[in-house]
Amino acid sequence: MTWKKLLIPLASVPVILLLAYGFWTDPKAIPSPLVQKAAPDFRLAGFEGKELSLAGLKGTPVVLNFWASWCYPACYEEAPLLESTWRKYKDQGLMMVGVDIQDKEPNAREFIKRFSFTFPNAPDPGSKVSIDYGVYGVPETFFIDRQGRIAYKHVGALSPVLMEEQVQALLKGR
Amino acid sequence: MNRHASRARNRAGVWATGFLATGLFGLACLLPGFARAAAPADLEDRVREIASELRCVVCQNLSVADSPSDLAKEMRHLVRELVQQGKSPKEIQDYFVSRYGEFVLLSPPKRGFNLLVWVLPFLAIGVGGGVVYLVVRRWTESAATGRPPVDPVYAERVRRELEEREER
Repeated sequence: MTWKKLLIPLASVPVILLLAYGFWTDPKAIPSPLVQKAAPDFRLAGFEGKELSLAGLKGTPVVLNFWASWCYPACYEEAPLLESTWRKYKDQGLMMVGVDIQDKEPNAREFIKRFSFTFPNAPDPGSKVSIDYGVYGVPETFFIDRQGRIAYKHVGALSPVLMEEQVQALLKGR
Repeated sequence: MNRHASRARNRAGVWATGFLATGLFGLACLLPGFARAAAPADLEDRVREIASELRCVVCQNLSVADSPSDLAKEMRHLVRELVQQGKSPKEIQDYFVSRYGEFVLLSPPKRGFNLLVWVLPFLAIGVGGGVVYLVVRRWTESAATGRPPVDPVYAERVRRELEEREER
């Protein structure tokens, strides 16, 4: 009779383990299926009036960053690092491109001015490029190698160490 | 004889009640499926049907059809465009999965680890139904005999103690 009394508590163990696995997993940590695949092409009209396209950057390693002026504090923390990285590596063949999503133009321009962005940025009307890259929040950064493949995707504000590591890897052509 | 007939009637009653309850519950679960199976009339219906199977990636468990977020709105626009381009629901789903992974589907695909999500509820209903049957049977048996069923371990202990008393 004892084993019958233990049956129900024992049966709950695998259920509890399954629930524990579910609760431990971060629902926001969605792995991207685009990593190691060809980066989707895009064609956007930049804030400075110039067209930005990935096809036009073929053979160049690209850091593609999705941001928004309402994305506080992460985009504000990351912005100076984007600009400083661009200034450090632009003469070594790196390209930095910013895509502003779901934003109002005056606010976006104010953001660009505040952080003195000198690398090209463009709004993404209809969020088409964002959806094409599987973006679900900001900031998100894609490191695209010379072959046009997404080598790495980062969700959240980049740290200087991670940025340096990924840019070096792109320039060395891993 | 009457006690046996009464027990048999009770058992039959328990089984009948169990089957009826399970059947009604199962029918209730299937009804939404029947509603969905009817062909949508126009573009917006088709967009809504496809969008209702995609997860809003900035929300918790809301579909793209139901979410008020800006990204969900943009995703609905894209679904509409793809439908107008003649893409099938499967092609549209495949597009979003290729960008966001299978997480973007509100219903996980019926394969691999995700099979658990589909199988476990029915397993739980089966096990739960079995437990309910056993408990109800015990209640009805005690009601038929007029006394609660005796735990055999306890009965054995009482018998041994009575024997020991008699020996003394």
